[in-house]
Amino acid sequence: RVLELTGCAASMVASSRSYADFTPEATFDIKKVDLHRLEEGPPLTATLTREEGLKYYRTMQTIRRMELKADQLYKQKIIRGFCHLYDGQEACAVGIEGGITLSDHLITAYRAHGYTLTRGGTVREIMAELTGRRGGIAKGKGGSMHMYTKNFYGGNGIVGAQVPLGAGVALACKYLGNDQLCVSLYGDGAANQGQIFETYNMSSLWKLPIIFICENNQYGMGTSVERSSASTEYYKRGDYIPGLRVDGMDVLCVREATKFAADHCRSGKGPILMELQTYRYHGHSMSDPGVSYRTREEIQEVRSKSDPISMLKDRMLSNNMASIEELKEIDIAVRKEIEDAAQFATTDPEPPLDDLCSHIFANDQPFEVRGATPWTKLTSTS
Amino acid sequence: MLHCWDGARFPPGGTISIPAKEFNLGFIRPVNSVSHGLRVFTCPLVNVRDALNQAMDEELERDERVFLLGEEVAQYDGAYKVSRGLWKKYGDKRIIDTPITEMGFAGIAVGAAFAGLRPICEFMTWNFSMQAIDQVINSAAKTYYMSAGAQPVPIVFRGPNGSSAGVAAQHSQCFAAWYGHCPGLKVVSPWNSEDARGLLKAAIRDDNPVVFLENELMYGVPFDLSEDVLQKDFVVPIGKAKVERRGTHITLVSHSRCVGFCLDAASVLAKEGVECEVVNLRTIRPLDVDTIEASVMKTGHLVTVEGGWPQYGVGAEICARVMEGPAFNYLDAPAVRVTGVDIPMPYAKILEDHSVPQIKDIIFSVKKVLNM
Repeated sequence: RVLELTGCAASMVASSRSYADFTPEATFDIKKVDLHRLEEGPPLTATLTREEGLKYYRTMQTIRRMELKADQLYKQKIIRGFCHLYDGQEACAVGIEGGITLSDHLITAYRAHGYTLTRGGTVREIMAELTGRRGGIAKGKGGSMHMYTKNFYGGNGIVGAQVPLGAGVALACKYLGNDQLCVSLYGDGAANQGQIFETYNMSSLWKLPIIFICENNQYGMGTSVERSSASTEYYKRGDYIPGLRVDGMDVLCVREATKFAADHCRSGKGPILMELQTYRYHGHSMSDPGVSYRTREEIQEVRSKSDPISMLKDRMLSNNMASIEELKEIDIAVRKEIEDAAQFATTDPEPPLDDLCSHIFANDQPFEVRGATPWTKLTSTS
Repeated sequence: MLHCWDGARFPPGGTISIPAKEFNLGFIRPVNSVSHGLRVFTCPLVNVRDALNQAMDEELERDERVFLLGEEVAQYDGAYKVSRGLWKKYGDKRIIDTPITEMGFAGIAVGAAFAGLRPICEFMTWNFSMQAIDQVINSAAKTYYMSAGAQPVPIVFRGPNGSSAGVAAQHSQCFAAWYGHCPGLKVVSPWNSEDARGLLKAAIRDDNPVVFLENELMYGVPFDLSEDVLQKDFVVPIGKAKVERRGTHITLVSHSRCVGFCLDAASVLAKEGVECEVVNLRTIRPLDVDTIEASVMKTGHLVTVEGGWPQYGVGAEICARVMEGPAFNYLDAPAVRVTGVDIPMPYAKILEDHSVPQIKDIIFSVKKVLNM
């Protein structure tokens, strides 16, 4: 069933160039998008340039390898606490970013490492945050679920809470008249949260420039969509909000749908909702082997038939947009980047104890914080 | 030189501030003042509601990023009329009526603060904040810390807190202890108009999440506001208590409406020769322990007075801090708390009256502590 939803079609483009030249750009058929309250949807083809292709490939591969390295470090107990990995879903983060700009805004839930990267974070600072070091993107104060960059508001641990927050960011965009929008992501598990429906209502009433995106990876923790939701058509759950159901394993599908949604928002029509059908290879988190509520066969089938990186790779190779060697070189470069980052993340010192109480209040005088005993007087600085 | 009836002397060119009451009763004659080149400023009587309204009006004018959202704040002029006239003046963009969806609109307010606006999020009463408490605590209070200073949250949550009159259990809870518990929040609880005006301005100008606990029964109570207080840049610093009445025998520490009860109790006790020092906390978090300790070290006796429930409350915290600090050695008797009765608020008037601290409870406790 999963595969029916995520099949891909890569079309062949006749190349008149010699094998020494690469095709600078090619147009691909992409899966038709299911529409809700929309007369027209995104185009049925997508044009990919060689540069874009290499960029998407590299970014997705970086996310993939970064997450696998995090898995390793977690098993070595160098990363602790919660760690929710994104491998399998790379096309979502990369495709979304391809449809907006860095001056737009984005907020997501706790499966956030991929977005931290696409929103401008570096692998080094992401990994050092996971290992709780002072060089981490949040100086070791936040951890896996609380990473922030410019116009990226985390990383949020409370299921569903990020959605109204995203609408607030969108309200600010409209208030300031800056033509920016906010992408507000949530999962199939969160999709039943009351506050999301409250947000649908207010966003529509006030025509906020928000793109709601449900990353439906079929499971909310250990609960399949059939067991959690009376309606699994998440793209229709916004009711009066127009919706799209998109193949989330195809980076081009995601990109085109995002562009379509962004145009909708920027034209002042108000919110729009996208459901991305995707899949996570790992369990819910590192404490979940991920096979008690789904079969290994299912995971393996998605991996072999719908992997987002393989799909892009096949497209580029079969259209002579890149060579195997070139992609291998990218793989090697990515591996090195991850190794260097892991090295940094395991050797950078932990935050200084002086930092314990800092960052309680912004732009404030330093003040005393009570420690664990009445005699322990600590100081907080902004 | 103007010689006043009470012996005060004013050289020409000065300004004297007179409570409106005294002016109207003729103690100071305007014609005398004018002929001596004095500017007479009569302190207007401003009730707490109007003080809050003026504070918001001035801050909305001062900074375009400030806006107000909440139920009925715009076209209804505010459920308790605190935002009267603001929608007419500032329009839909800056005064926003929300549907009855606290969790959603509180989250929207916090998100707007993330993105650089300065929202004032009104809860019709703080009881309804429980629907949205996750956004106040997990999204607002903790974010600056979790982001290691990358993401400030300049938001004010405000609304009436604590008991009212006849609104029964679900509409009468005091949240000072609940929010006062949490690092990352500033929590303020004004008593009079000066507090309301100055603390609200301070809260709006603060770059951090502020929980602003008003009191419905205080909205209509008028107080004199001096010229200084009416200045546009008048702020009451968050985190500083005020000694409302000096005394030597016992310290009464209170916040919000109960401050008035403490002052009334102090007047009664003064007739029996007991001089109470009344400390108005103004801020619940951060607690001004220094002012409390200085007072206790002077008087040697402490009674805290609050409307909220006793267990794990504001008074409990004050007593614990006094125990742990230098003031303990100056106590001549254990510190005690006067609080709301430990029950959900009943409806019938006689029951409700006996569910909240009364002046006689304060007087009784003072005498017990002083062993009278």
